[in-house]
Amino acid sequence: MESKYDSLLEIHDLSVSFKMYDKALEQTDLQVISDLHLTVRPGEIVAVAGSSGSGKSLLASAILGILPGNATVGGHLHYKGLELTPERQINLRGTEIALIPQSVAYLDPLMKVGKQADGHKKPYPTEKRRGLFKRFGLPEKTENLYPFQLSGGMARRVLVSTALITDAELIIADEPTPGMSLDQALEALKMFRELANEGKAIILITHDIDLAFEFADRVAVFYAGTTVEVADTEDFRRGPEYLRHPYSKALWNALPQNGFKPIDGFQPYAGNLPTGCLFNPRCPYATVECRMKTPPVTRIRGGEVRCFHAT
Amino acid sequence: MKKMNRRTKVLIFTIIMALIIIAAYIAGALIPDSAVEADFTCIKQPPSLKHPFGTDALGRDLFLRTLKGISVSMTIGIVASLISAVVAVLIGVAAATGSKKVDAVINWIIDLVMGVPHTVLVILISFAFGRGLKGLLIGVAATHWCSLARLIRSEVMQLRSQQYIAVSRRLGKSSGWILTHHLLPHLVPQFFVGLVLMFPHAILHEASISFLGYGLPPEQPAIGIILSESMKYISSGMWWTAVFPGIVLVLIVLLIDRLGDNLRMIIDPYSAQE
Amino acid sequence: MTGTAARLAKIFLRYGFKIITLLLAVSIVSFVLVSASPVDPVQQYILSLGTTVSDEQRAEIEEYWGVNEAPVERYFNWLSSLLKGDFGTSLLYRRPVIDIIGERFVNSLALMLCAWVFSGIIGFALGCVMGMYKDRLADSIIKKICYVLSSIPTFWLGLLFLLVFAVILGWFPIGFSTPIGVQESDVSIWQRLHHLVLPALTLSLMSFANIALHTRQKLIDVLSSEYVLFARARGESKWEIFKRHGFRNILLPAITLQFASFAELFGGSVLAENVFSYPGLGSAVSAAGLNSDLPLLLGVTLFSALFVCVGNMIANLLYGLIDPQIKEAQE
Repeated sequence: MESKYDSLLEIHDLSVSFKMYDKALEQTDLQVISDLHLTVRPGEIVAVAGSSGSGKSLLASAILGILPGNATVGGHLHYKGLELTPERQINLRGTEIALIPQSVAYLDPLMKVGKQADGHKKPYPTEKRRGLFKRFGLPEKTENLYPFQLSGGMARRVLVSTALITDAELIIADEPTPGMSLDQALEALKMFRELANEGKAIILITHDIDLAFEFADRVAVFYAGTTVEVADTEDFRRGPEYLRHPYSKALWNALPQNGFKPIDGFQPYAGNLPTGCLFNPRCPYATVECRMKTPPVTRIRGGEVRCFHAT
Repeated sequence: MKKMNRRTKVLIFTIIMALIIIAAYIAGALIPDSAVEADFTCIKQPPSLKHPFGTDALGRDLFLRTLKGISVSMTIGIVASLISAVVAVLIGVAAATGSKKVDAVINWIIDLVMGVPHTVLVILISFAFGRGLKGLLIGVAATHWCSLARLIRSEVMQLRSQQYIAVSRRLGKSSGWILTHHLLPHLVPQFFVGLVLMFPHAILHEASISFLGYGLPPEQPAIGIILSESMKYISSGMWWTAVFPGIVLVLIVLLIDRLGDNLRMIIDPYSAQE
Repeated sequence: MTGTAARLAKIFLRYGFKIITLLLAVSIVSFVLVSASPVDPVQQYILSLGTTVSDEQRAEIEEYWGVNEAPVERYFNWLSSLLKGDFGTSLLYRRPVIDIIGERFVNSLALMLCAWVFSGIIGFALGCVMGMYKDRLADSIIKKICYVLSSIPTFWLGLLFLLVFAVILGWFPIGFSTPIGVQESDVSIWQRLHHLVLPALTLSLMSFANIALHTRQKLIDVLSSEYVLFARARGESKWEIFKRHGFRNILLPAITLQFASFAELFGGSVLAENVFSYPGLGSAVSAAGLNSDLPLLLGVTLFSALFVCVGNMIANLLYGLIDPQIKEAQE
């Protein structure tokens, strides 16, 4: 389906830092996302992959404008071609941009899930929600249960319903599938695909890379709060030689079906980031340049990569 | 001067508060009894330059009497909270390290102490000891240890489950060694903060119980007694007898309370941070 | 629902048992304390008679008090009369203790109930305001007021009110629950309320700081929870979040805290009643202690313990009744 916009959401040089007090009550800034970029077009599913601590979930909060008060955001966010200001974020969230959170903790423990899924906007879309619950195989009595009474899989399906009940054009799904059975996960992802076919866009935050390969159109690889590579899913399916960044290749090699070969070292913690390319301490190809300068985003073979040595 | 960081600021404030409290205490303690003797030439005088807080029905200078009274109340408060804090540590450690039965018994005792309104309990205890200073001290001490004991108990429980203590145990260190080397260093700051936070409550309780007529004899100018006397005269318009001593009491209690909070922030910035 | 009824009955039984053991313990402890007192009850009783007594009469009184019995025996005698509903006779008022307690409890209850409801509502509302506007001006002002209020002794606040509103302004009477010199039966409800205002106000102001600060913290916790983050992500405004999630999640803890604070309430009422010469249990217990009126002192102590226990039991029952998580766990 054709759209009025080239891209629904465009993120450039996004940075997020938190003001923190250390033990001496001294104020410090903790940089958790730096130089992050991502583009999402209408009609596509973009998977965001990376290990925990890579800034995936914070990205969702930054897009929605729901970061905590001590956070400072820098860089540019554009939605439908216009700058995504805090005022626009307030108007858009829950209507055009919807979030699927990661766990049952995101549901009010004292409110029945039916009422919760309906949301706060009147008239309550109760009929639509019942239909969604049914489609997800949730028993009818589910709506009268409290969150703590749900199994992990039921909770996920309720959470997914909260987003699908809106007419959002951009859905950010934060780890939507763990705990669901394979059938349920496939059903959820099938629904995402249907929505994408209608011209909506989905950001699928996940560390389940297999799933990302299966359902996403493109994959963005996050590392230590930045985007190291954005590539077509096809490249990931074909193998490491089609990938551009050493970390993406390492990620591929670490998959069980590819031999489970982990790379040495750890992802650096926020507050302890290296200078230059954030991956340089673990990178076999690192040079002096990598340690001094942050590599710019370059387009290579139809993908985007932040690496001086990518070919 | 460079911009001060928050810790330095808190530290400076804390020291200033401590100095004010100590100054008030020493000033009160240094006042001789002769300075607050009855003087029938100047009874029931409203505040003036000579008597900033006025005088009472016996012509005693209320400013000096209040200072002396606050110092008496602080002495009782600090002794009572010291006893209470020591009891709290002993009971808390015993509950955490003893058998399940010990823990249950201690929990039950805490329930018991919490189950009777403290004012009533202090009245009973004070009565048991013949309504003197001793009864007052024991009464206040006996009613203030519960929450600190619970805190210490959970702290010790948490420490006990930690890796390095298990390692010490494996290495054959005795319980006493572990207690003195691993547990006590963690409990000392808790003890001091608990003590300072208990202090204002103890003073308030002491004042209340003295006000009711228990505790110190009327000749002793504890702040509660001064205020209790003032009650007889406020209907005749001697407002200053109630107002000024009360303000001093509130200020001192407030200062100590804030001091305790600041100390907690300095010792444990994470728990104090919101 | 039978399930709910059975569950509540179970809690009730468990608490009933706990209350009985606790009251027994309180009776033992208070009996020991009173027995340990150097004050001689016989001497006190004779003094209170105001006349001289012969040796035979004295022996009779000693026999009545059981001075020559072993303390354990005396305790069981006392306990068995308690169980029969005989709390003894007050030395001070020359009437059965149980009657005095009943009569004065009504007065105290009126006072405590007013203060309890008032401080609960005001404290909860202010706590909500502080939590919603954390670190803003309103929050820091109310927080400071709470700190100052919790550093003010109840009796002094009462004295100030007495001074300002009764002595200087003359709006309220200086003390007692009814006008002096008016027959008990002639006192109108308005006169009673008029006498109740100042003590109740004193007691409320003393209690609301605690509930306000507690509610503030609870609301801050709720507002920083993940489910509120999600509510924001769904476009709920601050006010909608408070209505839908905040209120729901902080009301029960606040009510529970309020029920669990019966001990402080009673303790405060002892002081407030003394300042205002209000004839409730609080002024009775301090008078009993000062005048060595042992039966009354013991009676009120036991009654106050019962009062606190009932508050705690209601707090626990409420949790069991309302909180779905606990409800489910018990079913």
